[in-house]
Amino acid sequence: MSKFELNRRSLLKSSAAGLLGLSAAGLPRLASAAGLTAGIVYVGPRDDFGWNQAHAVAAAALKEVPGVTVVEEENVPETIAVQKSMESMINLDGAELIFATSFGYYKPFVLDLAAKYPDVQFRHAAPLWTDADPKNAGSYFGYLDQAHYIDGVAAGLSTTTNKLGFVAAKPIGTVLRNINSFLLGAKKVNPDATVQVIFTGEWSMPVREAEAANALVDAGCDVLTCHVDGPKVVIETAESRGIKCCGHNASQAPLAPKGFITGAEYKWATIYKMFANDLAEGKTLPNFTGGGFDVDFVQSTPYGAGASEAAIAAADAARADVKAGKPIFTGPINKQDGTPLLAAGASLDNYDPSLDQTDYLIEGVVGSIT
Amino acid sequence: MVDVTKADRMAVGQGSALADTLDRFRRSSEFVIMPILALIVSGLLFSIFLLALGKSPADFFSLVWRGGFGTSFSWQNTLVRSSPLIFTALCVAIPARLGLVIIGGEGALVLGGFAAAAIAIPMIPWAPSFLLLPVMALAAIIAGGIWIGLVGALRHYRGVNETIASLLLFYIAVSILNFFVEGALRDPSDPNKPSTMPIGRDNMIGAIPGTDVHWGLVFGIVLATLLYLLMNRTTFGFAARITGGNLRAAQAQGLPVGKLMVISCAIAGACAGLAGFFEVAAIHGKANASLIAGYGFTGILVSFLARHNPLVIVPVAIFLGGIAASGGLIQRRMDLPDATVLVLQGLIFVVLLVSETFYGRLPFFRSKGDL
Repeated sequence: MSKFELNRRSLLKSSAAGLLGLSAAGLPRLASAAGLTAGIVYVGPRDDFGWNQAHAVAAAALKEVPGVTVVEEENVPETIAVQKSMESMINLDGAELIFATSFGYYKPFVLDLAAKYPDVQFRHAAPLWTDADPKNAGSYFGYLDQAHYIDGVAAGLSTTTNKLGFVAAKPIGTVLRNINSFLLGAKKVNPDATVQVIFTGEWSMPVREAEAANALVDAGCDVLTCHVDGPKVVIETAESRGIKCCGHNASQAPLAPKGFITGAEYKWATIYKMFANDLAEGKTLPNFTGGGFDVDFVQSTPYGAGASEAAIAAADAARADVKAGKPIFTGPINKQDGTPLLAAGASLDNYDPSLDQTDYLIEGVVGSIT
Repeated sequence: MVDVTKADRMAVGQGSALADTLDRFRRSSEFVIMPILALIVSGLLFSIFLLALGKSPADFFSLVWRGGFGTSFSWQNTLVRSSPLIFTALCVAIPARLGLVIIGGEGALVLGGFAAAAIAIPMIPWAPSFLLLPVMALAAIIAGGIWIGLVGALRHYRGVNETIASLLLFYIAVSILNFFVEGALRDPSDPNKPSTMPIGRDNMIGAIPGTDVHWGLVFGIVLATLLYLLMNRTTFGFAARITGGNLRAAQAQGLPVGKLMVISCAIAGACAGLAGFFEVAAIHGKANASLIAGYGFTGILVSFLARHNPLVIVPVAIFLGGIAASGGLIQRRMDLPDATVLVLQGLIFVVLLVSETFYGRLPFFRSKGDL
């Protein structure tokens, strides 16, 4: 009961202070005696088989690093709530490194807090940091289109109808790039392959995702993949319709024991451990970190029962090529409307900045952006 | 015959006056004691839930203290979260006085926020913030007012159920927001998160000095007070309560029932619209899908807990804001899922509704004459 008394007393004190508006902007931060406390904020549930799970898997890996304490908070909306969650991690848990994992967390919330807490490192999972932003903030991200390319290679050898299906969220740059890379992978091994795409218009709209997946199967697609926040519904639909599928964001292998081929996965653990080690060694964290297979920031999900011998061999070879820097975008490639993107013999580096601005689909993709 | 002295009579008189006061106090205490009892009961039920999960209720409640109210940071966290709840709860409370159950305040919030951001776009280059902000607020009030006012009009003139209509209008409001934000009014410099043009740092509403709680909280408290006066101290409020008490009787008395409904709904929508305005002008600086954060729906809970009394809404909003603020700490320290605090909120809601059925039935709160 003494604990309760103490709390009640401190409540009264602090409420008086709070109500009078006398309170200072924040408490002095509790510096942890040894080691590092990292805070991770998720926009959805940690077990969503998608974006959030990919981060949660990495958080679990980070917990294994000696001296590192991880505090996590899920289902934090992109409002003032995330600012307060991060601030609470700093003030009440003594977090010195914050991972903000949802796109909408950056502006204004991460930027505001980075200015307010210059001793805390903030890293955000999308390439948004610029030189004008605080130096203790930064961006980290993976080039998932490289892994979608590998998916495409495996899918191209798994289809009999030559029609691959893609359930996509919004027609923004990264999504379009993943669709294009998926087709390029398929075409590399199967020149007749096409990709049919349906945009749901929302990051998470399970009903529409199921409808889109069924529509694609009805249209003759026999391999499905997707770029939505939680691929669970698409993968389960593919499995129940008896066709094959490739994953996205995290491992969905358990959802499709018969038809799962492989999947495009982030490997955030590489980045999280790297940052923790850098801080332990007293190094400054980079403000801008991104990469693909070459730096182990993305990975392919281990092959499932849907992967044939030929698909595995071709995908492994393609991954080795990408890792060695062989370009995915090699001409001739036309945009969907027939205008040339790359002439025969020309190519774009896998990290070419123009690819970040992708606002087109390439020839061979069926379906429209608008 | 017994001779009663003057002193005796006075003693009896004093005694009955004291008894009267006590009696009145006991009767009005019902409205304080019952909700507190309900809170205690829901706390006990929730403790059973926690014990079933193998977690300590004592830890839980002390973390709720700490995360919601225990430090000055926690207080600010709580107050920042309660500010929009005051507005959205008012959106439920005012029509509730007329017997209308409006649950679509979120739609008015979304549309109010969008209207505020949209009207700001052509004004940003030239308008100073002392002009820009009132115009934005006005746009939010009008947009929200029309939105929920429409619900009242549909109810009165076409007999459409106001609960369903307001809920469905929420989805339409979201579609309107998305249509413009992803189309004509999209800020081209932000390719990955469709938003309107930012109103700019300098134009945004700042924090109350010494805190990082924005001024929306103060406006919310003032607005709640004004609406309390409107509903309890004016003929409009009286007529509204008559309508809520007995629609037929109000009509028979010649009260303009239709007008009362539409105006009350419009006021309600304006409140939710203002919540949207503050989200845009104090938090986001622009309108986008982040406006859809569920404040409108939590506001329903707040209003019901406050028994639709605008003044009581303020402490209840702060109470629920505190529970929400502590949710993160509970996730982190006790390894409980984030839905835990939702379970607590739901329990409180159900127990409170059940406790409503006991009003006027417990002998303790009745004076002897009533029995």
